[in-house]
Amino acid sequence: MNSEIVVETRNLSMHFGGVKAVDRVNFNLREHELRCLIGPNGAGKSTFFKCLTGQLAPTSGDVVIRDFNGTGRLPHQIARLGVGIKTQVPSVFDGLSVNENIWLAARRWHGAARARSLTDQTIERLKLGDIRSDLVGLLAHGQRQWVELGMVVAAEPWLVLLDEPAAGMTHDEVERTVEIIREINQQATMIVVEHDMQFIRMISSKVTVFHEGRILIEDTMDVVTADPRVREVYLGHGTS
Amino acid sequence: MSWTRENRWRAALVLVGVIFTLAAPGVLELFTIINLSTAIALAILALSLGLIWGYGGILCFGQTAFFGIGAYAYTIAAVNLGGSSWAVLIAILVAAVFAAVLGYFMFYGRVSDVYMAVITLTVTLILYSLLRRTSGPEYKIGNALLGGFNGVTAPPLNLPWSPYMPLFPEHVFYVGMGVLIIGYIICAWLIQTHFGRVAVAIRENELRAELIGYDTRFYKLAMFTIGGAIAGAGGVIFANGVGRITPDIFNLYNSALAIIWVIVGGRGTLAGPVMGSFALFYLTSWLGTQGVLNNNLVLGLILIIFVLAVPRGILPTFVGWWDSARSRRAMQRRELKVRRRRSRRSSELQEAADE
Repeated sequence: MNSEIVVETRNLSMHFGGVKAVDRVNFNLREHELRCLIGPNGAGKSTFFKCLTGQLAPTSGDVVIRDFNGTGRLPHQIARLGVGIKTQVPSVFDGLSVNENIWLAARRWHGAARARSLTDQTIERLKLGDIRSDLVGLLAHGQRQWVELGMVVAAEPWLVLLDEPAAGMTHDEVERTVEIIREINQQATMIVVEHDMQFIRMISSKVTVFHEGRILIEDTMDVVTADPRVREVYLGHGTS
Repeated sequence: MSWTRENRWRAALVLVGVIFTLAAPGVLELFTIINLSTAIALAILALSLGLIWGYGGILCFGQTAFFGIGAYAYTIAAVNLGGSSWAVLIAILVAAVFAAVLGYFMFYGRVSDVYMAVITLTVTLILYSLLRRTSGPEYKIGNALLGGFNGVTAPPLNLPWSPYMPLFPEHVFYVGMGVLIIGYIICAWLIQTHFGRVAVAIRENELRAELIGYDTRFYKLAMFTIGGAIAGAGGVIFANGVGRITPDIFNLYNSALAIIWVIVGGRGTLAGPVMGSFALFYLTSWLGTQGVLNNNLVLGLILIIFVLAVPRGILPTFVGWWDSARSRRAMQRRELKVRRRRSRRSSELQEAADE
């Protein structure tokens, strides 16, 4: 793979008091890649994700997205680059309809007519047609996750960052989500934060393992799962 | 703007308002009309808070600050310019600019909701103490003495650009109703534009709005400024209705009252807060004539009852009842039809069996 590097972090650190949640991380992502970030709880993957998306301003180091220095920018400035972001806890507009949720994302970047057709397309693509006039706050957890994915997709981003897109889903819902992610990946570069190994095996991609705020290993799922250090981190063998 | 159910109701309400405006001066006594002008001014204030709190999600505990600034700015400008036409525009502008400056520091400083309520209330109370201390002859802006706690007499409105043609009280009533109705139409239009829908989205989830690329600080600031301008316009009407502006306009009672109107009338509606303000205005003036119960006691009781028992407010609760009654009726009708069809079919079967 010799495509262009589109996301890069240089010595990225995020400290909370004495806790080094993210510690001098150097990370590269190439165009059209689908990368998974995994790691046990507290490994720093979600904090790393929040630094990328502008939800946290890093203590030191840089985030570069294409040619843009995204360090310490606000979420809307990151989004403006064409980056679609899904947070860990479904972040949706509970008091509004599915249609309105997705329209708001589409309308941000497009005129009224195009936004309307893009909304229809997205709803069809994610099979949300039956519930399009329902209030998002009344939907099941899995459906809310899809609405949020719909909002990400409707903006037609070139880079998509997803934080635990399959959390709390049933097996069937996970399969559907995997399909959606593969479909998004055809047009966009992606980073997916997940700790469900089964899920990552289903999307089968290159994996970056976080441990104690640092990158432990970066390789395919097979190599990663065979690595003794990863086994130790996840299963807690020995004393670390 | 499409003719949704809400918009049909809004149009009907505007129509009722227009008919009331035209009919009232012929039917009601002059004293009632003058009193109404004050109620209308407060209703405009309620409308502005209903917009920014109900739709923008901004809990402003000091919406009366912009209302009072509008009233003072109008009075000072009218005294100095010797006519009300420019004074009205200046008043609205000053209130809007004040809201914009205050809002800039709050929204761009990322002050959280609770502190925003505290800051807006504090600003209002600062204005209250500040203006109470301006009783000396040295406190004047141009020719207008601020007058401390005695306040200033507000020159009456006049016909546009003809300072020697002051309006009569019933004309002030017309102007007040006009501002209220136009303000209502502007707000109803605004919440359906792209801008308004984004503002509602920010109320629902600010982080998500940011993540899909909206600069939420700007939207909140714009909403806050528009709210300030409308409240300022209300202040102009208030100055005319009462005829005298005192620092009491900024006191704690009034700023809390505005919040109560919105809670009672219904947050997330525009007509609700307006109705709430009218209802409480007449309730408190009626209580005042009775002299049995303390006003504050009753208001506090109403607030508690509404927060506990009717948290959505009058208007949304009524709409909810109406909807459920309608769907129940529709269901009954459907059931009746099914039952009739069934009985017809069974009687047909009976006939067939008989043959």
